[in-house]
Formats: sequence, C-alpha cells, structure tokens
Amino acid sequence: MLKALQIEPEKCTGCLQCEMACSYENEGVFNPAKSRIKVFTFHDEGRFSPYTCTQCAEAWCLHACPVEAIVLNDLTGSKEVISDVCVGCKVCTIACPFGTVNYNHDTGTVIKCDLCGGDPACAKACPTDAITYVDADHTGLQRMRAHAALALPQ
Amino acid sequence: MNHLIIGAGPAGVIAAETLRRLDPEASITLIGDEPEPPYSRMALPYYLVRKIPEHGTYLRKTANHFDRSRIQLKLGRVAALQPEQHTISLDSGERLDYDRLLIATGSHPFSPPIPGMDLPGIVPCWTLANARDIAGRAQPGAKVVLMGAGFIGCIILEALARSGADLTVVEMEDRMVPRMMNEKAGNLIKQWCLNRGVAVHTSTRIEAIEQGGRHPLRVLLDSGSTLEADLIVSATGVRSNIGFFDGSGIDIDQGILIDRNMQTNCTDVYAAGDVAQGLDFSTGNYSVQAIQPTAAEHGQIAARNMAGHTKALHRGSINMNVLDTLGLISSSFGLWMGVDGGEAAEQYNPERFQYLNLQFEEDRLMGATSLGLTQHVGVLRGLIQSKIGLGKWKSKLMQDPNRVMEAYLANTQAIGFNAEVLKSPSR
Ligand SMILES: Cc1cc2nc3c(=O)[nH]c(=O)nc-3n(C[C@H](O)[C@H](O)[C@H](O)COP(=O)(O)OP(=O)(O)OC[C@H]3O[C@@H](n4cnc5c(N)ncnc54)[C@H](O)[C@@H]3O)c2cc1C
Repeated sequence: MLKALQIEPEKCTGCLQCEMACSYENEGVFNPAKSRIKVFTFHDEGRFSPYTCTQCAEAWCLHACPVEAIVLNDLTGSKEVISDVCVGCKVCTIACPFGTVNYNHDTGTVIKCDLCGGDPACAKACPTDAITYVDADHTGLQRMRAHAALALPQ
Repeated sequence: MNHLIIGAGPAGVIAAETLRRLDPEASITLIGDEPEPPYSRMALPYYLVRKIPEHGTYLRKTANHFDRSRIQLKLGRVAALQPEQHTISLDSGERLDYDRLLIATGSHPFSPPIPGMDLPGIVPCWTLANARDIAGRAQPGAKVVLMGAGFIGCIILEALARSGADLTVVEMEDRMVPRMMNEKAGNLIKQWCLNRGVAVHTSTRIEAIEQGGRHPLRVLLDSGSTLEADLIVSATGVRSNIGFFDGSGIDIDQGILIDRNMQTNCTDVYAAGDVAQGLDFSTGNYSVQAIQPTAAEHGQIAARNMAGHTKALHRGSINMNVLDTLGLISSSFGLWMGVDGGEAAEQYNPERFQYLNLQFEEDRLMGATSLGLTQHVGVLRGLIQSKIGLGKWKSKLMQDPNRVMEAYLANTQAIGFNAEVLKSPSR
C-alpha cells in the first residue's frame, strides 16, 4: 500500500521541527531555508500551515523536465529529482502549479520532497501529528489532494 | 492501429510513450531527421558550458528505452503528406502509411533578411550540431556577437558569457526579453548584464554583416558603429516547421491549426508542440507558444485522442518562461502585460534586482512577472490556471504582492475539510 504525507494545518503550532528535520536529513544542515517542507505563518490569524509536495498524480514537474531528471519511485510513489541528471533549467519550478519544486542556488539544481525514500523525517519530527505518514487511500488525504488540485486541467 | 509520428523532439517522444501506455498492441513509429538519439534543445546551453556531456541532452537516458517500449525510431526526412491516402513520403522516395498521424516537427530559427547573413561563422543555437560548432568557436577571449536578446537569446547569453568569450549582445527592441518582460524587468536584466561586463546594445539594429580584417566578421550597426567578431550567434526568433505541407490541404496559419483534441482539419491527422497553433489558456486564442511545457502537454493530449479510448480535451496551455541570466532568475506567466480594465500590484526594488508584478482581472490572477524569485514560484501558475477568486486576499496582494504564497494557501488549503475529517467517525 502506498503511503503519503497528510498535513493537518489546524494541528500545527509553528515549531518548525519539520523544517529542521528535513534540511538535516536531506542537506546535512539545520537550515530551514534548505527544507523541502515549509511552514507558512498567517500572522493576522495566528495560524500555521506546513506545506510540501503532495506527489500528485499529474506530476507536472516530471512531464515538463526536458532531460528525464525527475522520475517516479515505484516503491513510494514519490517523484524524485536525480541531481546528477538535472541541468538546472528550472522549467519544473514554473510547471508545478503547487510551487513545491524550488531552485537551489548552491547546487545549481532543483530540490523537492522525495518522502525521504519512504520514511519522512518531517512526520517523525512533528510533535503534534500535524504531519503524518498515512495510507494513500485515507479519506482525509484524498480530500486534501482534491482540494489542492482544484480546477487544474487533466 | 498503426501510429506514425513525425518529429522526435519532446512532443513526439512523449506522444509515442503515452500511446504505448494506452495501447500495448499498437504499432508506433517515430520519424526524425536528426542523426542523434532524441534529445532536448533546451539542454543545449548546459552542454555548451560543459555542465553535461552530449548524452546529458538526451530525452531518455536508459539504453534501449525505445526498443523496450517497442517504439520504432526511423531516421528520415518527411517531404510530403497525402492525407486522402493516409500516407506520407520521405525525401528518399519511400512511402509510409498510417492509421493515425501526429505532426510534431517543431520549429526552426528564423534568419532575418540582413545582407551577409549567409557568411560562414554565423550560426543559430538550435541543434546539437550547432552547439558543437559554437562550443568549438566560443573560446575564451573570442569575440562573439549575439544577435537578439529574446528568450532563447538570453538563455544562450548565459552559456556564451560563461565560456569566457568577449560577448556583445545586440537587440533591436528597447529592452531585453521584450516578449516576456515589461520595461522595468527587461531593463533590470540589461543592467545586471552590464554590471557583469557583458556589452548590451538595445534599440540597435544590425544593418549588415561583412567579412572583417583582423577578425573574420564585421557587424555594421544602425548607430553607425561597427563590431568585430569571430563568431556571431543568431537568435532572432523561430518559425514553425510547416514547409512540407504545401498543397496537402492541411490548414495552416502561424503553425498547423488544431482543435482542442489536437486534431487538424484532416481526418486522423494531429499536431503537437512548436509546430502546432494550439489553445492559449489565458487569451482563449490559438497561437504558437514554442515552449517545452506546452510541447509536453500537447504530446500527451494528442496521444490520448489518437489512442481513441476517450476524448481528451485541451484546456489551453499557459505561456510561461523561466530564465537565468548570469544568475538573475526571472519568470513570466500568462497575461503578464495585463488585461484591459484589470489592476496590477507591483513591487520594484532595482537596487536588489527584485521585481514582482501581478496582473488581476477582478479578484483573479491573470499574469505575473518576477525577478529574483526562486521559492514557490510555481504557485503563480497554479493561481492563474485554477482561476481561484482571491476574495479579500486580492487587496492584501495589492498592498504587498510578496504575500502570494499566503494568498494561495489561504484559498486552497483544506483547513475546513480536514477539520471535518478530524471529527468523522472513521478516525
Ligand atoms: C537553446 C534553446 C533553449 C531553449 N530553452 C527553453 C526553455 O528554457 N524553456 C522552454 O520552455 N523552452 C525552451 N526552448 C524551446 C524548446 O526546446 C521547444 O519548445 C521544444 O523543443 C519543442 O518541442 P517539439 O517536440 O515541438 O519540437 P523539437 O524539439 O524542435 O523537435 C522536432 C523534431 O522534428 C524534426 N523534424 C522537423 N521537420 C522534420 C521532417 N520534415 N521530417 C522528419 N523530422 C523532422 C526536427 O529536426 C526535430 O528533431 C529552447 C530551445 C532552444 C533551441
């Protein structure tokens, strides 16, 4: 059974443990700027919203890539960037309508969430279960994805 | 079913693969006229700066990829089309028949009518063969003139400057990337280049090119001055490859006219990519966009209709580009130039080379331009394409366009939905 990240913003306290864990796991540094998950703050309302790739079925990033540097991981269902193949053209960063593929100046390649190969560090680090790694056919997750996809074509 | 695809660029390759997925039994032939395995033109600038070897430009990296997918690659140049007979002919004289045909022949660089354009040492940067040629000549210290600072020109500019050549850019419009950037953004990019030692002449026309003295070429500008050059790279726009359809009865304007199923006026003939004049999401008109994401979308939709199980309807592609000019990253989306009766939010910070411009119609985002933005830039596309009514967030964005990500989340994240789930008995 494929699993996916389920995000429940109403449980998020804005502690940023997920960003720390993500950047450490993937970049070897505690640096939220290099995290693939990002917590957005709504100052007016005092609420927080963790946000990352939903591994959408449309895979806009993968199809837009001109050099096959983004591939499907059959085991986890994630769309993964192969850094050695990525030329840094950034077309995926504008093709992804969710804005979850970002360019990294230091490496000259793009980065995105790859579910840490099936054991996502952000979910493990989240102290309030705002980020959980659940079965992909979970109803809440399905609705979260449906909502995020909105009226996008295809 | 016998599917024939002309053109082995991204549109043709993605169509072939999609057809194979949808129809395991079909015969699929992909005809291309370039000797290399299918490759990506977009990757050429990275080959030029030797970030990748030639193999790095290939569209598919696995050996035998096409064999294993039972997609037959055929080297040949299609010379004519006979839609009545369901046949095409190659310039070798060979004829091939098809049940369904996809035309994905892409585009070619336009060569402006300037005296001397046929001299040796003037090349476009369009094919792998061109790129090898340029890589050989753009040696450190070589005098290189880049004709045209449009989108493709600016991408090559980056590669030429990095190769250490002594580079001069000549653009006839009043700013850089005029078809993608407004005055403020286009001029910031120019200033950025000047600061990095690249000479940029805007509002300048090349009148003629002639043989030079110390350097093989001399460029005459309408300002009266001249430039010496070892190499001239031309990037003055592209035109769809539609030449060989003359007399075939297929409807052509700027490109091949297609409907929302990617079908032409001829039965069983489809078109996709740079050669096709398809639906533009933002304008509702049919136009040639000549960009990679559109070629990929076209290829997929055409294949779904060719396979014939379902009708796939194209909702229109968004015109969008991202550009890296010597480290300054810019992007533009949709109706970046604005809409009649619309409103614009703008943040202009020339000292830091930052710019963000959002174009609204009522409370919906219609277009955007950015400079210096690399994080979450894709939501600009998402907001445009999903046509989300931004409600109260519109006025917040009018005050501070940088809050675009918050606006996106506030309007898309399923707080309410998930809250429902929390209460539901299934948990
Ligand atoms: C240097 C450069 C940089 C670019 N950068 C970007 C970028 O950053 N972002 C972006 O979105 N786009 C970019 N583009 C544009 C992008 O590469 C094209 O939009 C894309 O290649 C279109 O794909 P296509 O399959 O329609 O056509 P093509 O890739 O042109 O493929 C068509 C193929 O058909 C072949 N063919 C043509 N006529 C015949 C015939 N009669 N018989 C047989 N074969 C034929 C051609 O030789 C070619 O191999 C760039 C292009 C260049 C040259």
